[in-house]
Amino acid sequence: MAFQTKNPVIRWIEYRMPIFSFIDHSVGSGYPTPKNLNYWWNFGSLAGVALMIMIATGVLLAMQYTPHVDYAFRSVERIMRDVNYGWLIRYIHMNGASFFFIVVYIHIFRGLYYGSYKAPRELLWMLGLVILLLMMATAFMGYVLPWGQMSFWGATVITNLFSAIPVIGDSIVTWLWGGFSVANPTLNRFFALHYLLPFVILGVVVLHIWALHRFGSNNPLGIDVKGPQDTIPFAPYYTVKDYFGIGVFLIAFAVVIFYLPNYMGHTDNYIEANPLQTPPHIVPEWYFLPFYAMLRAITFNIGIPFTGVVLIEAKLGGVITMFGSILILFLLPWLDTSPVRSAKFRPLYKWFFWVLVADVVMLDYVGSQPPEGIWVPIGQVCTAYYFIHFLILMPLLGKLERPKPLPVSISEPVLKGSGPVGAAATAQPMEKA
Amino acid sequence: MADIAKPAHGGGGDHDGETRRDFLFLAAGAVAAVGAASVAWPLIDSLNPAADVLALASTEADLSPVEVGQSLTVTWRGKPIFIRHRTDKEIEEARAVPLSELPDPETDQARVIKAPWLIMVGICTHLGCVPLGQKPGDPRGEFGGWFCPCHGSQYDTSGRIRKGPAPKNLVVPSYKFDTDTTITIG
Ligand code: HEM
Ligand code: FES
Repeated sequence: MAFQTKNPVIRWIEYRMPIFSFIDHSVGSGYPTPKNLNYWWNFGSLAGVALMIMIATGVLLAMQYTPHVDYAFRSVERIMRDVNYGWLIRYIHMNGASFFFIVVYIHIFRGLYYGSYKAPRELLWMLGLVILLLMMATAFMGYVLPWGQMSFWGATVITNLFSAIPVIGDSIVTWLWGGFSVANPTLNRFFALHYLLPFVILGVVVLHIWALHRFGSNNPLGIDVKGPQDTIPFAPYYTVKDYFGIGVFLIAFAVVIFYLPNYMGHTDNYIEANPLQTPPHIVPEWYFLPFYAMLRAITFNIGIPFTGVVLIEAKLGGVITMFGSILILFLLPWLDTSPVRSAKFRPLYKWFFWVLVADVVMLDYVGSQPPEGIWVPIGQVCTAYYFIHFLILMPLLGKLERPKPLPVSISEPVLKGSGPVGAAATAQPMEKA
Repeated sequence: MADIAKPAHGGGGDHDGETRRDFLFLAAGAVAAVGAASVAWPLIDSLNPAADVLALASTEADLSPVEVGQSLTVTWRGKPIFIRHRTDKEIEEARAVPLSELPDPETDQARVIKAPWLIMVGICTHLGCVPLGQKPGDPRGEFGGWFCPCHGSQYDTSGRIRKGPAPKNLVVPSYKFDTDTTITIG
């Protein structure tokens, strides 16, 4: 379907720079989409909306914020008390980060369930993981800006992770800080990077969508589109469905902003940073907790048994485990040996998927608890399971499992009762869909 | 590329596939790479501590008000410095431990200039929290020294790591006694 319009202004521009047909081809009527997408496919566009919200509110906050250790905390309090609607803008930005992560985590688990990471979408998946890593860096540095106690101590603990690197670790930490502790140079550079990275994310999102359009969206059946009878145009069918999803998202978002704005935060961050006193219990934001739990799970040195030779100190082991938990996802397209994409047709994987979800939720909870008593072994078991899932179960399942028979085409199960795709159904898919 | 260049310029036709153009191309590329690398270093190094940050080198502390069994915290380069006026019992405990029991073996004697005065950087060697134990009501852990609330590292009365994830003893900064009761750190 080629892009067409009678509007003379649009035609004038389109002739000189075909941007309208480009947009139409990307997210408009010119983009054929599998006709069986369910609501789990709403979360990609929701993530885009969340990024826009973060950039819009972030730019406004930056106009009122002062990145200096003596003024940062005060300037944020001024935003909350004196700036017109400053409280609203900050609460949107603060909770927007949480909602952004909720949306992206659901988006990722959607991919895991329906096998969207498999050929030919490996690069699309990897670009998504790059976005996740950039988001984590951005959110971490943003959280330092209000210069509360959690800001300061979170920054201290996380930057110190790099000191685990043998030999050059301490020099790297000094370099990250621009001093001998987290201090003004650190706050300055974090602000500069916090402003920059969201636009880098935007760039990678463009690549992500470019890669998506090479083969189009995956779908709940995980089988390839066989022809035009399996698709409907993105606009208006999925644009309208996305708008509906955005409406639901905004209602949930508004409830938190107006009624529970500090529910996901920590009260300690309303105390100004004090480099001489660590709060009794340091906890990162909830979206980092599973990784934090994995960091703390490695409480033992790894060495050659019975010789006392230490190869990897516990501290380095924890850091490797934490970063490894994301890096391993880059290998998933090759670790998963099953030719079938969707868990719908994978009777065993379907269950292991939900065990993995439970495992990650449990890790999130363990990360919020003090690293004592029963929480230590629970964290260790959950961490071990996470890696077993990807390194052992995924390669094995593909070999052991007998997948259910796949439907012949997307149209067949959608147009139930019409038997094998008949000529009539293929000729006029729009009337039925 | 060489194949295309040959008929056009004829130049190095005798040398199988290699031309002056290839040589110039490689040479220019090498110069550009060296140039880019040497510009990269100033950019990277600009993020290291600046001269004014380095200049905040030393701190003086007056020990005279600190009674036996009391502690004082001062700052040096933005970090807390723990100063503890140890009791005889604390010194004895620290010196009675066999080195083989220590994850990071170091004698107590090597960590002090004057036995009653233990002076250390008050930063946990795990991930940089400030351990508790400076104030009278603080938890001090099983070894009567310091306890890090972040991930549970425990230090003894010599500030040596005994239990928990921290790999090293609390760091002893370089300092000297100017008089019997004043020190300069750094
Ligand atoms: C990927 C998008 C972004 C994420 C995930 C993110 C995340 C965060 C987080 C978690 C905070 C701490 C909020 C708090 O507890 O107070 C924060 C603060 C801040 N962010 Fe962002 N941000 C994003 C984009 C931006 C952009 C594009 C800008 C500026 C152009 C910006 C400017 C600020 C400022 C000035 C603050 C400090 C004020 C405050 O703490 O409320 N952010 N950000
Ligand atoms: S920072 Fe002290 S135990 Fe981790």
